Amino acid sequence: MKLWTSLIIIAGMACLITAFPMGCSKRETPVDLGNREQILHRGIGSEPKDLDPHMVTGVTEFNIIIGLLEGLVSQNPKDMSPVPGVAENWEASTNGLTYTFHFRKNAKWSNGDPVTVHDFIFSFKRCLSPKLGAPYAYMLYCLKNAEAYNKGTITDFSRVGAKALDDYTLELDLASPTPYLLGLLAHHSWFPVHPPTLRKFGEEQPDSKWTKAGNFIGNGPFNLKSWEPDKQIVIEKSQTYWDKNIVRLKEIHFYPIGDHKSEERSFRAGQLHITETMPLDRIGYYRRQNSKSLRLDPYLGTYYYLINVKRPALNNVKVRQALAMAINRKNLTAYVTKGGETPAHFFTPPNTAGYTCSKGFTEDIEKAKQLLTEAGYPDGKGFPNIQLLYNTSDAHVRIAEAIQQMWKMNLNINIELINMEWKVYVAATDEGKYDIARAGWIGDYVDPNSFLDMWIKDRGNNRTGWSNKEYDRLLSEAAQTMDRDRRYGLFQQAEQILISEMPIIPLYFYRSKHLVNPAVQGWDPNILDIHPYKFVYLKP
Amino acid sequence: MLKFVARRLLQIVPVLLIVITITFFLIRLAPGGPFTDEKKYPPEVIECRNAYYGLNDSLPMQYLHYLGNVVKGNLGPCLQYRNRTVNEVIKETFPISFELGCWAMIYALALGLVFGIIAALRPNTLLDHIPMAAAMTGICLPAFVLGPLLILVFGLWLGLFNASGWEMATDRILPAITLGSVYAAYIARLSRSSMLEILPMDYIRTARAKGASELRVIVCHALKNAAIPVVSFLGPAFAGIVTGSFVVETIFQIPGMGKMFVTAAFNRDYFLLLGLIVFYAGLLVALNLIVDIVLVWLNPKIKIEA
Repeated sequence: MKLWTSLIIIAGMACLITAFPMGCSKRETPVDLGNREQILHRGIGSEPKDLDPHMVTGVTEFNIIIGLLEGLVSQNPKDMSPVPGVAENWEASTNGLTYTFHFRKNAKWSNGDPVTVHDFIFSFKRCLSPKLGAPYAYMLYCLKNAEAYNKGTITDFSRVGAKALDDYTLELDLASPTPYLLGLLAHHSWFPVHPPTLRKFGEEQPDSKWTKAGNFIGNGPFNLKSWEPDKQIVIEKSQTYWDKNIVRLKEIHFYPIGDHKSEERSFRAGQLHITETMPLDRIGYYRRQNSKSLRLDPYLGTYYYLINVKRPALNNVKVRQALAMAINRKNLTAYVTKGGETPAHFFTPPNTAGYTCSKGFTEDIEKAKQLLTEAGYPDGKGFPNIQLLYNTSDAHVRIAEAIQQMWKMNLNINIELINMEWKVYVAATDEGKYDIARAGWIGDYVDPNSFLDMWIKDRGNNRTGWSNKEYDRLLSEAAQTMDRDRRYGLFQQAEQILISEMPIIPLYFYRSKHLVNPAVQGWDPNILDIHPYKFVYLKP
Repeated sequence: MLKFVARRLLQIVPVLLIVITITFFLIRLAPGGPFTDEKKYPPEVIECRNAYYGLNDSLPMQYLHYLGNVVKGNLGPCLQYRNRTVNEVIKETFPISFELGCWAMIYALALGLVFGIIAALRPNTLLDHIPMAAAMTGICLPAFVLGPLLILVFGLWLGLFNASGWEMATDRILPAITLGSVYAAYIARLSRSSMLEILPMDYIRTARAKGASELRVIVCHALKNAAIPVVSFLGPAFAGIVTGSFVVETIFQIPGMGKMFVTAAFNRDYFLLLGLIVFYAGLLVALNLIVDIVLVWLNPKIKIEA
């Protein structure tokens, strides 16, 4: 009897569980609904720290800000070449030191105010203000006297090279010819902010509330509709934007889904059109499915290992070269990272504004062994205990283990892996308390300078302790050179020095990894992974 | 009773003071600061930020300043999410974690008590073994396995629920089950064992003899006593569950407090982390007090020690 009752109960529960889903029909997913209504759902990784163009540093924030604000020039979604933004057209003087921008008269803020030259000058002044402490203020240093103003050595902003010739004509005077100026102008540190709004909520406070939904006034193709922290940010088509007829999306919803696996599941559940990235171990699956959604495209970034050249053994250039040569990058990218990354034998990603390092180093295990012998460690004998430091992440640990194994097999040296939490890792590399550490660099703008300039002696991000007088000279000469071929020639020479001295070991060039719903149109692959939303639309 | 409550409430003050002090100095010992990042900020910028947030003063000064602010109910600014204050963050995230916690608790209690009681009424039969085996599985299955599994089956295969988010009413179901399962399992086992102890007692036989219905006997007579260990378990469990679970909130993308707590520690967001800890400590003390009061109500034999 007892057995019967229990069996009946179990059978009943089983029926309920199976019957429940059958009763419900497949519901319409947010993506289906979005396709109908032109609402784009995009994952953006982490929660944006702010939406203030002068204060943010991350890609996440930038991906939202480009919907809300527009700079002097904008970018062609296909090749990132400059296209008119607030400035309708512009001309440069022959010596490359003066640029004149002619504003369009119909550019408006979202409250209807016209966008004028004065708004931009206000914004440059704010970004350079020493009181604000904008982390990317140095992006404006190409303006005459901008650095001095930012450092507080001059206090008169009228001496900085940004002048209003009239309400709609802006003149920029540069400290040195900056051939990549138009590319720089698309960076968020050059974006305008709405002066009355900033004055109202505090223009020079880092914790100003002007970026909250309801307060935010922008001049971009979209307006900030709502910002629910850690949940979603919604921007809607602006009715005051000068080029509003081209904007087809009605709304964009951004979701800060930090966990890659959760994000990928949300994509599969039809909640996202576009993911910020994807879990490494799912790439293979999408590959095998031949999925149209998988987008792996070259990205302006390099994954590399930093070497502390002050440490024993590592202070010997031959050891550094041997370490770099004894890594099989093809295997690393094919079997470990698996995202279609390009093996790196130099530092600047290939075809950065038409520049590719002419000759990289070669992987050669025999040569590496020989170099190690010459350095006094035949077959790895007597090689000191060296630590390889990385911050906690699934990908970093796999790469580090693979390289540890390669060095063991090829050079017979033992490397200890050290895993640190992010901030501890940053502090350790910053203070030079490491032997070898993993690192990555994403270009701030499309120019080799963004990659080579950082290895000049004592630059903040040169944490290797390495410096080379000739290298520094070549870079400073390049900064004064207007002619592109000559300039790139100087970069070539400098990069040769960098990869022969090997204070860093380049491993691979990044790929952006997204899942993109096939309904998304106008989402062109490009090296900066920037996708101006005014050209994006949905066509199921 | 009033004296007891007042005394316990007063105890909160030294507890919070100790918690603040330890956390305040401990977090400063951690390498790195709120403004260190891979792409290094220029030193002027860090200097400027530190000055703005008063992080350049000596540590004891900062500590006193912070205590003063806490007394005023101001938990300070958020260093990472710049346009928000710690008070705002708590105000935004706690209700969400609290709601999720409540659903999880309701689920855990309903499932745990029912399973526990059924098992205790029919010990060593299938009705005992199946729920207890399920409970064991529930204890063993961590949230980071159960959550994705539930999403896979009910979200992706059957298409019944969203895979993430906190938008619709149905978005509460899977996270609540994930979060509540472990607690349901504990409650089931706890209530089963205490019911087994209570059921053979004389007063239960008396109740049956005087003709009380079986339901009345179980719910009014047996359960009231059997619930005591469950209630003492619930106090800290509830505090843990409503202050948010990092794992569940991450898997389901829920904008709750648990996630804030962990990211604040990773980001060295001093004020946010401190604020959340103060809040959490206060909540824990308060919930323990409530549990004590409920226990007295359940069992008059437990005396309030004056």
